[in-house]
Amino acid sequence: MEKIKKVSRHITQNEPLLFERSRPGAVGYKLPPLDVPAIEPQEVIGSKLLRNDDLEGLPELSEPDVVRHFIRLSTWNYATDLGMFPLGSCTMKYNPKINEWAARLEGFTESHPMAPESAVQGSLEIIYLAQELLKEITGMAAVTVQPAAGAHGEMTGIMMIRAHLEKQGNARKKVLIPDSAHGTNPASAVICGYAVETIPSDKRGLTDLAELEKRMDDTVAGLMLTNPNTLGLFEENIEQICKLVHERGGLVYMDGANMNALCGITRPGDMGVDVLHMNLHKTMSTPHGGGGPGAGPVAVSATLEPYLPVPLVVKQGEQFRFDYDRPDSIGRVKAFYGNFLVLVRAVCYILSLGPDGLKLNTEAAVLNANYLAHHLRNTYEIPYDGKIMHEVVFSDKNQLKYGVRNGDIAKRLIDYGFHPPTMSFPLIVPGALMVEPTESESRQELDLFIDAMKSIAREAEENPDLVKNAPYSTRIGRLDEVSAARNPILRWHPSQE
Amino acid sequence: MSYPENLLYTKDHEWIKVDGERGTIGITDFAQSELGDIVYVELPKEGDTFAVHETFGSVESVKTVSEMFMPVSGTILEVNQALTENPELVNTDPYGAGWMIVVKIENPSELDSLMSASEYEDLINEGKER
Repeated sequence: MEKIKKVSRHITQNEPLLFERSRPGAVGYKLPPLDVPAIEPQEVIGSKLLRNDDLEGLPELSEPDVVRHFIRLSTWNYATDLGMFPLGSCTMKYNPKINEWAARLEGFTESHPMAPESAVQGSLEIIYLAQELLKEITGMAAVTVQPAAGAHGEMTGIMMIRAHLEKQGNARKKVLIPDSAHGTNPASAVICGYAVETIPSDKRGLTDLAELEKRMDDTVAGLMLTNPNTLGLFEENIEQICKLVHERGGLVYMDGANMNALCGITRPGDMGVDVLHMNLHKTMSTPHGGGGPGAGPVAVSATLEPYLPVPLVVKQGEQFRFDYDRPDSIGRVKAFYGNFLVLVRAVCYILSLGPDGLKLNTEAAVLNANYLAHHLRNTYEIPYDGKIMHEVVFSDKNQLKYGVRNGDIAKRLIDYGFHPPTMSFPLIVPGALMVEPTESESRQELDLFIDAMKSIAREAEENPDLVKNAPYSTRIGRLDEVSAARNPILRWHPSQE
Repeated sequence: MSYPENLLYTKDHEWIKVDGERGTIGITDFAQSELGDIVYVELPKEGDTFAVHETFGSVESVKTVSEMFMPVSGTILEVNQALTENPELVNTDPYGAGWMIVVKIENPSELDSLMSASEYEDLINEGKER
């Protein structure tokens, strides 16, 4: 293990379930003595409403029991605060701590969604700012910040496309989606009542224009396109694609999951896109998962503006207020106004960087992916080797002859102290390893990753079993994923054995 | 990798064995090896009717979920119930015990656009060369 330069120590302690830690009578609180006479609950609320044994079996624990349990679990985790997290298509960039400072300001954390507008002008201004900043960044006419995450944004966008086409008299039947798309795209189209037709990629990995030309008829509501696409390639014909779809009465939805390659350089609005979502938890450095909920704001062209969800925040003079008077709106897509504290973080990120900083970050993200591609090109196959943007898709083709697959390489990377890249996606690349370094990584960290990947390729050649049985440095070694999927055993209480 | 001569193939890696108006359909050896260990198979009900190229079910492996498309239009006559309990049959015997469905072929002329074993083998090798 000498050649492994970067290993994060892994806490190997075992941790039982909360139910297994339970001790009868343990509590995490202490109440003062009663200063009124005790009464039986059923005398006050009646026995019919009284809960009897519903709570039986809940774990009984003290405060330190609970805190230690969750802190221990958290040490098994990996995070961008620990190291590079090259999970392609997820833009796992570092989340600056200044965002957290802003989101913890009392004026935001204590503002109530039902408060009168006059009492929460600061919070309304943040929502307004988020709308305005994202409008400028995307080059679109208007923005809603309600959707809670990317797929929710997709659904909101397709609902607006449907509303627009319905208003024109024909909602149409189908949505076209390239074969490299995120799986959420077809799911969103189907949820909105559309059939999905797949457009194949051409030899370079881009949308096949001839095929689009053939399929784009008056039954097609629109095209859902990711740009750059999931191969990390910029759809060079985007203007032509938008023009073709528009000429035949359709609309173009752009999945903005990969906006980290465009931000500050080019704008979907200028490309002719009608609607897109952005993932603030990707591009705008707000936390993924447990660190906070996501946010998937949707930006639209002037054509779709009337259909935006209500309410929008508008500015009148120096006052901010909610605008509900939007008769063509698709309605509300989330309780209240979106994941507000995520918007605070995103606004903080955008304003602290400014236009030049955003542009520089994009350039660094693209440079980093190209640096990795350059140094690993001779070791790992790059099946679609075009103009690489913010991420690069390798395959396991060169390693397959030693019986080593992408999953083995990914698991071995854990031993080298890195989170594995995205695997087996996009679906058009057999044995895909999709690497997105983001702008957060220094050249030193990228060099460590390159060394690790090269070292694993050598191991695959010289000692394939070493790679095929990885990881070794984790609490639990190689899991039997097949048995787990075929015969899952789920439990949250002590084992009966 | 095997490519039985008596079957017809689609570019989406389904095979069909034609026996009069009955067509038995499954996924190819290449498809199962690309998917890896299959953990779940979702199949239609007997009597369901599908058009050519329409999705009739899906196979789920540890890696991914993949849809299966009709090589021809038809009505489902039989469904391989054994796959519910033993999805691994698709890995071990893709052209035999791992069959998916039997359909009543509505339009035999659709068979003309399918590939022979050698054409399908060429397609796979072409993909490997890429």
